[in-house]
Amino acid sequence: MTDDVLLDVRKVRKHFGGFAALNDVTLQVRRGERFGLIGPNGSGKTTLINCISGTLRTDGGHVVFEGRDITGLPAHRRTRLGIARSFQIPKPFASMTVLENLEIPLEYAAAGRSHSGDAADEAREILRLMGLDAKSDVVTAGLTQIDLRKLELARAMAARPKLLISDEAMAGLSAAEVDEILTILFELKGRGITVIMIEHIMRAVMRFSERVAVLDAGEKIAEGPPEEVVSNKAVERAYLGD
Amino acid sequence: MGGARFWTAAIGVVVVGLLVTRVISNQYYYFAAYVILQYIVLATAWNILGGYTGYVNFGTAAFFAMGAYTSLVLIKALSAPLPVLLLCAGAVGGLLGLGLGYLTLRLKGVFFSIATLAMAVVLQTMFVNWEYVGGSRGLSVVRPARAPFFSNYVEFLFAVMLVIAVAAVAVAWWIEHSWVGRGLTAIRDNEEAAECMGVPTLRLKVLATTVSGVLMGIAGAPFPYYVTFLEPGSAFNLDYAVNSLAMPMIGGTTTWVGPVIGAILLGTAQQVATVTISSALNLLLVGVILVAFVILAPQGLVGLARRLTARGRA
Amino acid sequence: MLDLFVNAIVAGVFLGGFYAAVTLGITVAFGLLNVVNIAHPAFVILGSYAAYVANASFGADPVLTGLVCAPLFFLIGVVVYRVYYASFEKTGEESLRGLVFFFGIVFIIEVGLLIQYGVDYRLVEASYLGKSIQLGPVGVAFRLLIPCAVAVALTAGLSLFLSRTFFGRAIKAVAQDAEALRLMGADPVRIKDIAFGLSIATASLAGALLIMIGPVEPSMNREYIGRVFAVAVLGGMGSTGGTLLAAVILGVAESLTATFYGPSWAVAVSFGILLLALAVRPAGLFGR
Repeated sequence: MTDDVLLDVRKVRKHFGGFAALNDVTLQVRRGERFGLIGPNGSGKTTLINCISGTLRTDGGHVVFEGRDITGLPAHRRTRLGIARSFQIPKPFASMTVLENLEIPLEYAAAGRSHSGDAADEAREILRLMGLDAKSDVVTAGLTQIDLRKLELARAMAARPKLLISDEAMAGLSAAEVDEILTILFELKGRGITVIMIEHIMRAVMRFSERVAVLDAGEKIAEGPPEEVVSNKAVERAYLGD
Repeated sequence: MGGARFWTAAIGVVVVGLLVTRVISNQYYYFAAYVILQYIVLATAWNILGGYTGYVNFGTAAFFAMGAYTSLVLIKALSAPLPVLLLCAGAVGGLLGLGLGYLTLRLKGVFFSIATLAMAVVLQTMFVNWEYVGGSRGLSVVRPARAPFFSNYVEFLFAVMLVIAVAAVAVAWWIEHSWVGRGLTAIRDNEEAAECMGVPTLRLKVLATTVSGVLMGIAGAPFPYYVTFLEPGSAFNLDYAVNSLAMPMIGGTTTWVGPVIGAILLGTAQQVATVTISSALNLLLVGVILVAFVILAPQGLVGLARRLTARGRA
Repeated sequence: MLDLFVNAIVAGVFLGGFYAAVTLGITVAFGLLNVVNIAHPAFVILGSYAAYVANASFGADPVLTGLVCAPLFFLIGVVVYRVYYASFEKTGEESLRGLVFFFGIVFIIEVGLLIQYGVDYRLVEASYLGKSIQLGPVGVAFRLLIPCAVAVALTAGLSLFLSRTFFGRAIKAVAQDAEALRLMGADPVRIKDIAFGLSIATASLAGALLIMIGPVEPSMNREYIGRVFAVAVLGGMGSTGGTLLAAVILGVAESLTATFYGPSWAVAVSFGILLLALAVRPAGLFGR
């Protein structure tokens, strides 16, 4: 079966001093897939995302995107190739308005990929999708937590990515807010964007993901359809302990 | 300020400045105005890296002095004309910025700042030990007897610095309104996010450092002719480091207007003050004002003005 | 030639020991608290002048002055940190504004000293400073030996404090996990107050040692900024043992450079070491 593999993570290793954060992690994400990444706190999920997006340099292994080895590329190049991410703790451009926040990736990351029309128009369209368009001229320093999370996703979208990685966008939100984010993520998939979702909120992961991978202590311990993974003994042990 | 209005104002300033030389003959005004214009350049240059990008350069004096000494060497060796001095001083300043930037901008901003400090100390030591330019004793320079278009050379230097100042501000204005400026702002607000949103952070930071260095070097080029006696102590003077920092802080760091306002206000105040108080006390006051502004009014006067007008409207 | 070499190394080792005393404050402030206090060397010079004034007026022993003034410097440190915390750290603006703040303080101290005491070099006089001792083939001046000995004692003392006392361990913990400290009933800000106050207090003693080694004038603080950060980075940012080792390495490197290439180039050595350390091993020799 030759599915179109968009992201190929091959035996990625990362250590901090003596501590091995990632140990030979291998996984593949197919184009158009809804992929979930779960694991207990400290298992290395965000580190893995950092290695994929380029924020961190790997200490071994390769990251291959659309058949191209991007392991040595700086983060901004990878974004231009089509990988975008949101941050677990939102990192907005605090002195800019919501709209201006989106104009940065539109100007810098998306420029290569064709699109007709004005950058500001496209930014507003994304904000409308997110329900943020009423606040497009608000300076981000004054936004609520859920709005900041939405802004993170909106900004990642504005990079016109082929792969969007959402890092715990739902953490600490109410049930209604979680559903809002979930709707947005489904909409992304509807636009042909491959999504990797990192979450702790199980019902969201179960509803959203077509396949799930589980990390524990820097290693991948399970992978497969959500129902399978959730009933996996090793996964249970990782979360609940022996 | 939109493009058309800015350029009209810029050209207007130059024209007025040139006309003034026909009217005012008291040389003191040109000496003082030269210093203030020089500070407009230095403050503006500092702000491109400091205010726009968020990286603090403590070594303004090093760039300025490199420009001045490049000029001195070219004057002594080749009797080079002023345009050549400007060009070469700018190039040397730019190279220094490029090198320093490339070496240190991959590190945390803190280490860049410390490196600029250390660089200033090292360069000063080098020049103190270089006999060709007079070492610690310095070297005297003779101003050309005749100045093109102007009645004397000091007025000519004033006019040259006026044009340089306007050009520097124009560069800052362009950066601020361009994609470069937006990228720099993103870097300043959150460098990690900027990088992940496609901004080539290292390249832009090195660009800002280089442009800043070029402008500071150019500011130093006419200096040997202005002072007629160049020595490391004065070229690497504390004044440059603290003023090029205090002026944007006082005026406002987010826009080109801030450094200009800060340079004019602080520069004029210092020119007035040097007549009445010692230069050391002058510096002390600048230090105190700097600390006060950074604690109480971090957005500078421009920021205060914005807050007042916003409240007025609401 | 060999004689020169050995002398340079020995002098460098003792000088390095002294550099550790100057850097300890940065080890705490920058290494543990992440406060970029570039004004630390300026406080050290302030300590030197305190020793000078006490020595010139009362003939007081510099080390004694350094110890006596330490509590005052501690208080100054606490005040400075309070202002820094309220203005910058709380709001997350510490990178640009905090740096500028400390730069302003450098200026205020340096120019203040200039106004009060002028540009002349100042020194202290004590009966034992002129003497020297023979260690085998090498002669070591007391004015180098005593500061180094005191510096090592200070390093050991601080090291014990950080590892054995509650406050010390709290200081080491506060940078990494302020939340855990709160749960233990300790106020992170108070801990940081004490830590920063302590770092400035070391400047009092370090300043006294500095003026024992040689004459002092206000602008000297600038050449030490490069040195202390080079030592702090090389030593692993927060490790007192690393600080001592890195300081000795810097001292020897500077001493050799000064002997064979001239004293004016010694200043460039710290710059070079800092860049090298940051490029090759940013975690330092003992780093986490």
